[in-house]
Amino acid sequence: MSTATTTEPLAKPGGRPGAADTAGAAAPLDLGELAGLRTIRTRHPWRWAAGLATVVVLAQFAHGLATNPGWDWATFRVFFSADTILRAVGRTVELTAYGTVLGFLLGAVVAAMRLSRSLILQTVAWGYVWVFRSIPLIVQLVFWFNLSYLYKRFGFGIPFGPTFGEFETVGVLGALGAAVLGLGLHQAAFAAEIIRGGVIAVDPGQREAAAALGVPRWRQAWRIVLPQAMRGILPSAANEVISLFKGTSVVYVMAIGELFYQVQVVYGRTGRVVPMLMVATVWYVLLTTVLSIGQYYVERYFARGADRTPPPTPLQRARALARGLRARTATAVATGGRS
Amino acid sequence: MTTLAEEPAAKEPAAEEAAAPRPAAGEPPAPPMVQVRGLWKSFGPNAVLRGVDLDVPAGSVTVVLGPSGSGKSTLLRSINHLEKVDRGFVAIDGELIGYRRSGDRLHELKEREVLRQRTHIGFVFQNFNLFPHLTVLENLTEAPVSALGRPKAEARARALELLERVGLAEKASAYPRQLSGGQQQRVAIARALALDPKVLLFDEPTSALDPELVGEVLDVIKDLAQAGTTMIVVTHEIGFAREVADTVVFMDGGVVVEQGPPREVLDEPRHERTRAFLAKVL
Repeated sequence: MSTATTTEPLAKPGGRPGAADTAGAAAPLDLGELAGLRTIRTRHPWRWAAGLATVVVLAQFAHGLATNPGWDWATFRVFFSADTILRAVGRTVELTAYGTVLGFLLGAVVAAMRLSRSLILQTVAWGYVWVFRSIPLIVQLVFWFNLSYLYKRFGFGIPFGPTFGEFETVGVLGALGAAVLGLGLHQAAFAAEIIRGGVIAVDPGQREAAAALGVPRWRQAWRIVLPQAMRGILPSAANEVISLFKGTSVVYVMAIGELFYQVQVVYGRTGRVVPMLMVATVWYVLLTTVLSIGQYYVERYFARGADRTPPPTPLQRARALARGLRARTATAVATGGRS
Repeated sequence: MTTLAEEPAAKEPAAEEAAAPRPAAGEPPAPPMVQVRGLWKSFGPNAVLRGVDLDVPAGSVTVVLGPSGSGKSTLLRSINHLEKVDRGFVAIDGELIGYRRSGDRLHELKEREVLRQRTHIGFVFQNFNLFPHLTVLENLTEAPVSALGRPKAEARARALELLERVGLAEKASAYPRQLSGGQQQRVAIARALALDPKVLLFDEPTSALDPELVGEVLDVIKDLAQAGTTMIVVTHEIGFAREVADTVVFMDGGVVVEQGPPREVLDEPRHERTRAFLAKVL
């Protein structure tokens, strides 16, 4: 009370008349008697209106999906799990896996070169990234596919010296090989920058502390810096994998039977473009979902120690929710029975 | 030369042995544990160290005071070769740091060899630099296992012993960020001790701490001092210097202005610069 009277003259010129008025007008406030009162929560009519409008639009779209014959769900159902499509999905997954593994392995090497203390390695790595980020993926793919024009034969030996073994380029680098090579080399340039970004974001004090403890250099990188860098690397890396996964559709130019190529083959034959595109779309969404879930758990693993209390997994969260609901229904049933 | 009895367990047998580790009067004095000669270091046009000499006898505590920018931290970082100096040399326990002499030539050591030398020099950072993704125990066992090749079980047992000593035995499986600043710094001290270093360097170990947490860290350092650990402590805690230091070194402008027992340097400073600094901080 005494504070209210002292602040009042100060508050008025201060430009908060509302606060001053209530402080002045209200009877002495007894906080103790508030305990028994019911609290009415603030209402948000506009929040509800906006939410409702959005739901209506979505419902309209869903209704269209279900009723518009153009979507042709019958065809969708037939082809969604057809053998040719499943095989094509497998090929897409395969290309993604190879591209990711090759891309990130090579990317890690390029990043390490870029971060090394050797000026030559740094420059070469910079050049690699420069070249492969500059060339459109599709150009590169076609180039690798046609490598046999440039080099008929491919041999191992001493540089500028004798050759020990030779292969026909066409035999070694088929369409699939060219696709994997192209995707991998392309991916490596981006992966290298993502990895480098993660590494330079780690507090330099971490490496310094490891060095002060005499921890060997490779172990400083592998045990101290990289695990911490992973936190920064993972979200972008997952982006890259997902974009590579959809990007594999570019290799249709080489007539490889991946998902998008196969779908085109089918609609070229049947003319049912929309349902076949939906087949591809739903598969891409499904597999991206799997990758996203995987990403969540991998990120969680590398976040250990980052928070004071690690957040619960969705599974733990669901279980806690279920437990809470069960408890609530149990009490509801009990009290309902009594009243 | 290994007068380092840095824990009670190690001290007892040392005390029992008739051949005392400390040189008796009359014997030639042992060479200092840490010898620093003529260190010069510039960052760009800015000369941070301008010919620093320092001797730290084994088992003694040296506290380095001085205004910020006086080169204290750089001196400390030069001692374990985290900072490569432009001129001058450092030797720990008679071993030249960062170079090998053969005839009249000095060869720079490979990084691997410098890393091995650093295992003899414990370093405690101002902002702890604990590894946040490793548990407290893993922080303590990492270097003994990977740098010294100690068996994991042995490193673990030693780590738990050290955590006990800094009063954090129950935090072994916690992650650093789950601890208070004072606890983190105590873990960092235990981590440095896990290598059984010949000398411990502290770079403003309490400057990043809330005032009420400073005491617990200083207490740990005092315990180490009583156990005979050779230490160089850069700090602004004058009270601590007075209580614990054998030698107080006052640095300004990249040189040692004066050094001596705390009573001399802190109470009857001979140099105007020391007096001015003490007047400001006391």
